[in-house]
Amino acid sequence: MKHLRQLEDQSVYILREAYKHFDNLAMLWSMGKDSTVLLWLARKAFFGHVPFPLIHIDTSYKIPAMIEYRDRLAREWRLNLVIGQNKDALANGMNHQLGRVVCCTALKTNGLKNLIAEKGYTGIILGVRADEEGTRAKERYFSPRDKHGDWDFREQPPELWDQFKTTFPEGTHIRIHPLLDWTEINIWEYIKLENIPFIDLYLDHGDGTRYRSLGCAPCTFPIKSSARSVDEIIEELRQTTVAERSGRAQDEGRGMELLRKDGYM
Amino acid sequence: MTTALTAPSEHLNIVIVGHVDHGKSTLLGRLFADTGSLPEGKLDKVRSICRQQGKEFEYAFLFDAFLEEQEQGITIDTARTFFTWKGRQYIIIDAPGHKEFLKNMISGAARAEAALLLIDAQEGVKEQSKKHGYLLSLLGVRQVAVVVNKMDLVDYRQDVYKAIEREYREFLAQLKVTPERFVPASAKLGDNIVKQSPNMPWYSGPTALETLGLFRKETEREHQPLRFPVQDIYKFDARRIIAGRIASGMVKVGDRLVFSPSNKSANVKSIEWFNVEPAATEARAGQSTGIVLDEQIFIERGEVASLDDSVPLVSTTFRCNLFWMGKRPLETGRKYLLRLATREVECEVAAIHRIIDAGDLAARQTQTTVGRNEVAELTIRTKNPLALDLYSDFEVTGRFVLVDQYDVSGGGIITEGIRDEQTVWREEARRRDIAWVKGEVGPDNRAAQYGHRAALVLITGGRHTGKSFLARRLEVQLVADGRHAYLLDGENLRRGLDSDIVEGDAAEMVRRFGEVARLLMDTGLIVVSTTNTFGQADHQAIRTLVNPAPVIAVHMSKTEEEPPSHTDLVFAGPKDFDDAARQIIEELKRRGVLAHAIGAKPTFQYSI
Ligand SMILES: Nc1nc2c(ncn2[C@@H]2O[C@H](COP(=O)(O)OP(=O)(O)O)[C@@H](O)[C@H]2O)c(=O)[nH]1
Repeated sequence: MKHLRQLEDQSVYILREAYKHFDNLAMLWSMGKDSTVLLWLARKAFFGHVPFPLIHIDTSYKIPAMIEYRDRLAREWRLNLVIGQNKDALANGMNHQLGRVVCCTALKTNGLKNLIAEKGYTGIILGVRADEEGTRAKERYFSPRDKHGDWDFREQPPELWDQFKTTFPEGTHIRIHPLLDWTEINIWEYIKLENIPFIDLYLDHGDGTRYRSLGCAPCTFPIKSSARSVDEIIEELRQTTVAERSGRAQDEGRGMELLRKDGYM
Repeated sequence: MTTALTAPSEHLNIVIVGHVDHGKSTLLGRLFADTGSLPEGKLDKVRSICRQQGKEFEYAFLFDAFLEEQEQGITIDTARTFFTWKGRQYIIIDAPGHKEFLKNMISGAARAEAALLLIDAQEGVKEQSKKHGYLLSLLGVRQVAVVVNKMDLVDYRQDVYKAIEREYREFLAQLKVTPERFVPASAKLGDNIVKQSPNMPWYSGPTALETLGLFRKETEREHQPLRFPVQDIYKFDARRIIAGRIASGMVKVGDRLVFSPSNKSANVKSIEWFNVEPAATEARAGQSTGIVLDEQIFIERGEVASLDDSVPLVSTTFRCNLFWMGKRPLETGRKYLLRLATREVECEVAAIHRIIDAGDLAARQTQTTVGRNEVAELTIRTKNPLALDLYSDFEVTGRFVLVDQYDVSGGGIITEGIRDEQTVWREEARRRDIAWVKGEVGPDNRAAQYGHRAALVLITGGRHTGKSFLARRLEVQLVADGRHAYLLDGENLRRGLDSDIVEGDAAEMVRRFGEVARLLMDTGLIVVSTTNTFGQADHQAIRTLVNPAPVIAVHMSKTEEEPPSHTDLVFAGPKDFDDAARQIIEELKRRGVLAHAIGAKPTFQYSI
C-alpha cells in the first residue's frame, strides 16, 4: 500500500511536469489495464479533470467490448477523445496475415505518427512499464523521438533528480512514461485500491480462460486461468513465472525491438 | 518476473556499478538464477541460444535485452529489473560501466538508495572503480558495499582480497564514504553470491545476497523542516490549487506558509485530493499534493513554501560540486539554464575553483572549461534570486541540474550559499515581511476597490532630461484616470525622515527610501518616484526592498547612452511628455498593474 502510494506520487509528479512543459500534449489510451490506470492517475494529478486529449489508435480489429467501455468512460469522465486510424492502409486491405510486424507498423505505429503529424503534438504520454519486456526496461520517463519518430536508445539524455528532458528541437517530440516503475502486480493492486473500472475480459467467465494483455482480436490470445476477481488475478500473478505478453504475437523473435526502434508504443 | 508468494512489504532501489567487465551483469544473472527468480524456461532458452551460436553460456546474457548489446558485449543503458527476496522488492538498476556511458550510470545512481560496487580481483582497483565511488558520494548514495569479484581467478587468495580492500577503503575515506562491507566472491562460479563458499573458508561474512538484505531503507524525510516547491497553479474549477510534491517535512491545514523568494505568506485553508475519503488534512514528504490558501496571493512555479521558523536561503550566488556530461564543455561566461526543484533561472559560472580528477581526486590546474565526465568545484551566479538549501541539510532543494541547449548536461550539489550585494537587503525585507502585522484588508481587497494594484515607477536619468517633469505629468494623468498615485521625491525624505543622517551615509538613505516606498505600496498606491540622489546599485537595493511588488524602470536621456540594466522604457528627453506618460501607463497595463477598464477587477498576471 505504501509502495503503491509512492508509485502514485511519482507518476502524478511526472504527469504534472508534462502538463506544465508541453503546450500540445496528449495521452494514449488503449483501454487496457495500464493505460486506464494512467488515465486514473491523470485524474488524480489534476483533481478530477483530464486537461489534455486522449488518443485511441483504432486498428479496426479491436475487441468490441473495448470500444463500448471506451465510449462509456469518455462520457462519464468527460474525456476529450481523439481517434486515429490509418485509413489508407486499411483501405488497401492491411491485416495481420500480411505479417504481424508489418501490420502493427502500418496500423499502430504509422497510425500514431500520422496523428502526431496532423495534430502537432509535442508530448505523448504512454503507459509503458519497464517490466513488460526487455526494450522497455531501457526507457526514460521523458524519452525523445527524432523527426521520424524514431528512438535512439544509445543517445538518451540523463535523467536525474526528477529533472526531465522538457526542451527539444522543433519537429521532434517527447514520449512520456509515468508508469515506468510499475509492475503488472502493482497495476492490479492499484486497480483494487482505487476501485478503478476495468474491462471484464481480464477475468475468467467460466471457461477457464481470461486475457492477461489486450490488443487486437486476431493477435491476442487468452491464457488459461480461472481468476474471477482482481484478488484472484493478483494471487495468480504472484505465483506465475510466465511472461505477461506471452499471449501477444508481435513479441516473437526480434519483433518488439524492431517495432519500438521505429516508434512503436 | 516476481515469484514471491506474498506481496513485498518494502522496496529498495539499488544500483550495481563498477569498471566494465568486472562482472556486474554476471552477478545479476547469478542472483536471479540461484534464487529461482527467473521466468520459466528463460535459463534454458539462453543456454540453447548459446549452444546454437557455439558460444560459452554467460549469466550476463540473461540481461542483455538488446541484440546490439550482445554484439558489443557492453551494457548500454540503465535497465531496471525487479527481484524479490525475503519480503523486500529490489529495483535493480543495472548501471553500465563503460566509459562512454557515464551519464547513464548517473541516471541510475541518482535514483539509488544503496549501491553494490564491483571490483575484479585480478585487475584490482581501476579508474572506473574510483570514478564510480566518487560519483556515488557526489550523488549522495551513502550506503555502499563492495564485491571483490572473480576470486576464482586469483585462487581465492585472502591476501589479494585484503590488499584490494585496503586500497579501496583508503580511497573512499578521502570521500568521507565508509563502505558497509566488502564481500569476496565469484559471480561466474557462484561463490558467496547466494551460498557461502567452501573455497574461501577465511571469510565468514555475509554473501552478496545477504548484503542486499542488510541495506537499510533511508530514513524518512518527513521529520525535516518543510520544503514544498510549487510545481504549478491549477484553476480547473472553483478551487485555486497550488500543486506540488512535498520535498521534506509536512504541511497541515492551518499552517502559515512563507513562499521564497517572494516572501509572500498565507495560511493553508485545505489540502486537496482526488478520490480520497475522508480528505486528509495533512500531507507529508514525498507526497504529490495540492494546497488551497486562505488568501489569493500571487505566487508562481519555482517558489518554495516553508514554515516561517525555518526558511531556505535566498541568493543569486552559491558554491557547488558539479559533474558535467554535456556534449560541449562547460564554460565561464556562457549562459545556462539552472533547474533546482521546480525553479528555472538563467545562470552562469562565475568561477571554476578546481577540476577534480575522479581517478585520484587530485585537483587539476584551474581552467576556464570543464570537460565531459569531469567533476568541478564552481561558483554559480543566477540572474534572479532563488530559494535554495545546502545539500548536506536538504536533498531536494540542495541540488540542481544545468541545461545546455536542449539537454540536461550537468548535475550539482550546493555546498555553500554566498552573500551577494543584495543579501543584506533581502534579509531585511524577509524579516520585515514575515513579521508584518496585517489588517483585515489585503492587497486583493484594495486592488478590487481601487481597480489597480500597487507598483513603483522609478524614473532615472541625468540632469535636465525632464524626468521630474515626466513624473509630475504621470501622477496627474493617473489621478485624472481615477488611479491612486503619489509622487515620492527622494528630496522630501532628506529634509524630514533623513534629517538625522550624517552626510554621506547613502546606504541608510537608500534603506529608508525603500522602506517608505514599500509602506506606501502596501496601502495600494502607485508610487511615482525620481531619485536623483541614488546611483545604479541603490536602485537594485530599492527593488530588493520592495520585492515582489512590480517595479517599472524608466530612463530619460539626451544622448544615446546605454540605459541601466532592468530598464523597461527609455525616452529621449526632454520632449513628448504626454506620449511618454501614455507609454508608461501602457506598460503598467501590460504588467497587470492596471485593469484595462477603470474599476474593473484586474487580472493578476504580472510576473516580477
Ligand atoms: N572467472 C570469472 N569470470 C567472471 C566472473 N564474473 C564475471 N566474469 C566474466 O567477466 C566477463 C564480464 O562480465 P560481465 O558480467 O559482462 O561484466 P560487466 O561489464 O561488469 O557487466 C564475462 O566474460 C564473465 O563471464 C567471475 O566471478 N569469475
